[in-house]
Amino acid sequence: PRYPSRQSQNRTRMGLNTGHGSSIKEVPIVTFKWHHVETPYLIALWILVAGLAKMVIEANHHVTNVIPESALLICFGFILGGMVWGADKVQTFTLTPTVFFFYLLPQIILDAGYFMPNKLFFGNMGAILIYAIIGTCWNAASLGLSLWGCHKGGAMGDLDIGLLQYLLFGSLMAAVDPVAVIAVFEQVHVNEVLFILVFGESLLNDGVTVVLFNVFDAFVSLGGSQIDAVEIIKGIISFFVVAFGGSLLGFVFGLLVSLLTRCTKNIQIIEPGFIFVLGYLAYLTAEMLSLSAILSIVFCGVCCQKYINANMDEKSVSTVRYTMKVLANGSETMIFVFLGISAIDKTIWVWNTGFILLTLLFIMVYRFIGVFFLTWILNRYRLVPIGFIDQVIMSYGGLRGAVAYGLAVMLDENKIKEKNLMISTTLIVVYFTVIFQGITMKPLVTWLKVKRAAVTELTLIEKVQNKVFDHVLVAIEDISGQIGHNYMRDKWNYFEEKWMSWALMKPSVRKSRDHVFSVFHQLNLKDAMSYVAEGERRGSLEFIRNESAFIDFKKKFGDEFSEAMPDIMANMSDDHGAASDRRRDPVPSVSLEMHEQTMKGMRETEDINTHHLLQQHLYKGRKQHRHRYSRSHFDVNKDENEVQEIFQRTMRSRLESFKSAKMGVAPPKTISKYSKKDQQQKMPNGKSLDRSKSYYSGDEDFEFSEGDSASGYDASGSTFPMRVTYRAGAGIENPAFMPDMDPMTPIQIPPWLMEAELDSGMVAPSQRAQVRLPWTPSNLRRLAPFRASAQSNDSFMLADAPATQQRDDEELPPPPSPPPPPSNRDGGYM
Amino acid sequence: MSDFSVEQIKNLHKRFEQLSGNEETISRENLENIPALANNPIRRQIIGAFFDKRNQHQNEVGSFEEIGFEQFLMVMSHFRPPTLKTTEEERETMRKEKLRFLFNMHDTDNDGTITLEEYRKAVEELLSKSGAIGQEAAKAIADAAMLEVASTNVPHMAPDDFYEGITFEHFEQILKGLEMESRMHIRFLDVDTTTMHCGRSTS
Repeated sequence: PRYPSRQSQNRTRMGLNTGHGSSIKEVPIVTFKWHHVETPYLIALWILVAGLAKMVIEANHHVTNVIPESALLICFGFILGGMVWGADKVQTFTLTPTVFFFYLLPQIILDAGYFMPNKLFFGNMGAILIYAIIGTCWNAASLGLSLWGCHKGGAMGDLDIGLLQYLLFGSLMAAVDPVAVIAVFEQVHVNEVLFILVFGESLLNDGVTVVLFNVFDAFVSLGGSQIDAVEIIKGIISFFVVAFGGSLLGFVFGLLVSLLTRCTKNIQIIEPGFIFVLGYLAYLTAEMLSLSAILSIVFCGVCCQKYINANMDEKSVSTVRYTMKVLANGSETMIFVFLGISAIDKTIWVWNTGFILLTLLFIMVYRFIGVFFLTWILNRYRLVPIGFIDQVIMSYGGLRGAVAYGLAVMLDENKIKEKNLMISTTLIVVYFTVIFQGITMKPLVTWLKVKRAAVTELTLIEKVQNKVFDHVLVAIEDISGQIGHNYMRDKWNYFEEKWMSWALMKPSVRKSRDHVFSVFHQLNLKDAMSYVAEGERRGSLEFIRNESAFIDFKKKFGDEFSEAMPDIMANMSDDHGAASDRRRDPVPSVSLEMHEQTMKGMRETEDINTHHLLQQHLYKGRKQHRHRYSRSHFDVNKDENEVQEIFQRTMRSRLESFKSAKMGVAPPKTISKYSKKDQQQKMPNGKSLDRSKSYYSGDEDFEFSEGDSASGYDASGSTFPMRVTYRAGAGIENPAFMPDMDPMTPIQIPPWLMEAELDSGMVAPSQRAQVRLPWTPSNLRRLAPFRASAQSNDSFMLADAPATQQRDDEELPPPPSPPPPPSNRDGGYM
Repeated sequence: MSDFSVEQIKNLHKRFEQLSGNEETISRENLENIPALANNPIRRQIIGAFFDKRNQHQNEVGSFEEIGFEQFLMVMSHFRPPTLKTTEEERETMRKEKLRFLFNMHDTDNDGTITLEEYRKAVEELLSKSGAIGQEAAKAIADAAMLEVASTNVPHMAPDDFYEGITFEHFEQILKGLEMESRMHIRFLDVDTTTMHCGRSTS
């Protein structure tokens, strides 16, 4: 690179004078070593510049609404290129094929594969393959031959290009570019079938392009006379090897990633890295074996998405998602900026009006012809035919991009005399398609009234009905004796469930992998979060706590987190001074640390709350929120003393409760809830004001222990004795810190007493307390009546409280046994 | 009534005879014995739909003991794909018919609403094959789904209102996004369509 080197030479001289070298006269305090950091520095700077460019562009929404971002980035590239050219008189920075194919492209394609809507993709696989293979061959052949014909006809003057070279040029121009397609189609939300057709084609046609390019490249080097039938057949065979070999390789790597994530439980912090590294390796390996690298990485992403999402921790999954997007978006930006910069270079521009205009014309025309013809054939076999308007958009969406440019730059100047003409034509075509077609795409879509993608909100009933629907279709196919699409899908699903999942998924996640259930789960979490937000808005902590208790309660359905070690138990053994257990995570139950908690929603709300509370009230004096640095753990740290104290308090209160309630078996949820209401009830009853305040601080303490109970609950899942343990804990936790905070408070209504009270006097207040629920905002719809509906089978909307008790009896199996090892605890604490 | 081609009808008739054992009519057992159906969790409901008089569109209710080929064809006709020539109105009626079919499948007592009871049962059956989800969870899911319907259709429900069940209008409203008309169909052809799926093997 000349531009920096000019400067750096100066600097280097300076550096030599003052810095290193043998003739040091004094100890240098500061030396300026530009050449030392030059390359990485420039890279980082360019990334920064591209990022800033995107920021500036995205800040103007009214502009990006009209002109797509990719076009703007290219224009920005023009400006930057002009500046560099102005300073340097030569274009120092261009997009080289190495950088593009090895460092910018893989992550974009991996991202595309990883986020591929699989069902849609495979459902339209036939059409996609037809477009990708036949369509691309058609594009290449027709463009090459037509240009050659025009050349013969004398339309372009004197050019030194033979038929084979025209075909080579045609093959590099043939492929629709995934990067450009994603960039433009992302902003016009066309319906999903149309999108997947264009997008899938742009991804899969790479195999074809690579083969065509390589074959014609070889033909050009061989020269026309050497080509015989054998060579052509070899070319055709190589197509299948390259395309299917690449896909297969990607598939294998996808399986590898999935298998790997099965065993990364102990290195959660780096498990997201595996996805990227192995994806990249899939790409490089394919490149090494001269298979289609793009196909390889696409299929790697497509295959592993399901399994890694299930296997990895939820946080790792979001890390992967975000990182994927950061990388893909970043490289996309870089690509477009550099496509712009590359244009500002006098040396590559060779103008030949005939050649360039004819190329543009032929590309458009043949794309239209190809798409319409292929669709016509396809529509005879497709269940849902592709409409005319969709065909127009598909044809118009045939954008060419950086892949074509990269291939053009890779041409060998010695063999192809008009390489520069080809590069400049490619650039013109790229600019034309990305900028012009990109800008006009949106108005066209609006004007033609193309069916847009529906903005789908996740609703449970839709998922359920979808499932019903799938089963119905399969059944009808079975009954009518057809072997169709649905039949195949059903068989595949069955196979996948039975074998693939068995091999590639952790046993623990395999169980709870039902789609309907996960939607249910997500919706619950969403509701819970908004519920908490609502509670915070109202400033009532009571509200929150009640709610999270309910979420807990719901969580019990189906989710079996039994493999997670129950925190409570772990703690106990830890803290009972048994001293043996130092291996265990010394950070005990109050699971503020991130990775112990399994529920996203719970985690978020709870972390925030607990933290907030901790900082605000509980340990203000000795808070000392110090960060222990650890590379492999992401714990939110706690002062050890603090932890100790919290733990002791919790334990003490538990102990108290055990002492008072020897049997301690009453359903604790009710206890905690009702005792809360109990307090509420008592406050207006003329207790002193500061007592009620102290109640609140008690409550805040309690919030803390709630985290405890929640995680304990998760962990306990369905193992019965665990649950009892937890419940006992949770039940008593409410009055947990009373003795410390306010020794005078009448606390700890023992369970049996509780129930008695419930039955007699306490029903009314509890009812009143619950009346709040139906008033919750309407968007929290699943939660409120849900709890109501859980009460009894027949009355769905009956949202009143008295049944709560009843519900506990009904839904939880009545706890028959006394809580496990109480004696042990007694021993520890007496 | 049905727009099946002669060839399709021939095919279906062949299948019908195969299922019934060359009888005039087909009974529940005949359908239940189809081996491919064994893994279908909602087999009972689907087979029930074949014998449901409502799906014959003749304003009758109740269910048949056995059905003839005509009725069989009528049920099958709910799954015809639209063609390029189908007009908007036809599409609309097709959509309604398809939805009605699904609705009838859930509305077992034919009172025009899918009550919570009915829906719970349906969901329970649906999820019965998916292992980890227990009855409780299925019930909860049904409840939550029902609640969604309730809150989308009756947004401002008073605390003690009672949502009776999903009416057909509500059902239609909710499943708008599913695009029944373009998805609820299968291929009634004699051509072997398996060749279309070679792509799957590469995945």
